[in-house]
Amino acid sequence: MPHDHHDDDHPHSLLPPEPALRVKALETLLIEKGLVDPAALDEIIETYSHKIGPRNGARVVARAWSDPAFKKALLEDATKVVAELGFFGRQGEHVVAVENTNAVHNMIVCTLCSCYPWPLLGIPPGWYKSDAYRARAVREPRKVLAEFGVHLSDETAVRVWDSTAEIRYLVIPERPDGTDDLDEGALLELVTRDSMIGTGLAKTP
Amino acid sequence: MKDLPDPVFSEPWHAHIFAMTVHLSEAKLFTWPDWADAFSQTLRRYGLTKTLDGGNDYYLAWLETLEGFLKGHGVSPEKVEEVRQAWETAYLTTPHGTPVRLPRSGPRARL
Repeated sequence: MPHDHHDDDHPHSLLPPEPALRVKALETLLIEKGLVDPAALDEIIETYSHKIGPRNGARVVARAWSDPAFKKALLEDATKVVAELGFFGRQGEHVVAVENTNAVHNMIVCTLCSCYPWPLLGIPPGWYKSDAYRARAVREPRKVLAEFGVHLSDETAVRVWDSTAEIRYLVIPERPDGTDDLDEGALLELVTRDSMIGTGLAKTP
Repeated sequence: MKDLPDPVFSEPWHAHIFAMTVHLSEAKLFTWPDWADAFSQTLRRYGLTKTLDGGNDYYLAWLETLEGFLKGHGVSPEKVEEVRQAWETAYLTTPHGTPVRLPRSGPRARL
């Protein structure tokens, strides 16, 4: 029997949760007032759900690994370099790239809310927005990294960058050993989202 | 921490509230730094009574912050509640499988 004939079981439409109805109410009011364009909302949702994600950041990292001049420019002025690749911050924020090496491991957090390099990494994962990560990343970064499976030697310093509404960070992870003969396209596959937050390392081939 | 929720948007309303906020900021209703300031204050307040997991509770704090911002733009809590109630009624009175719409008369017509 077709699903929509089960009217006895579902006499009315499924009621969304209470906050969803509040959001619908806000949207209705804002559209009525001409403050919100439904087509623009659809475009933003589509963009962040499907078009923007960590693959953008991975392209930047893979290029930095392959092209020393590009990496130098990226470390000097990431905002300009990523904008030239078409990755603009919608809020006009600046991007700063920080490079992981043997000597220093960088990781990013937003202790206040969840500022994140959206154009390069998309919407942050749930754990990035959690109290546990936001509170502990600064206080005990090595412990947090260990929970992510990243164990650093005592010789490696850990530097935690606290993002703001104005400045978002991108970690350039260390290029894995044994990748000298890989081209940019192959390197791209080794760059994970977490490695660009600093809570992971790039994959090995 | 790695096991906490990890999709782009785990609920459709998370995507909608996010998009509305980005859109309103781009329309210069408020600046993103002002938004981040207010939102971080809400998160701090929420975090006093429970440990936020970065999922639904994060967007509840987001919703409350946006509602607060919009009070100054003629979107009062009373109006929001009135239209929320109208949506609830619409869902409860629309047969399953039929698109849910607000009635032409009712709260929406009086906005």
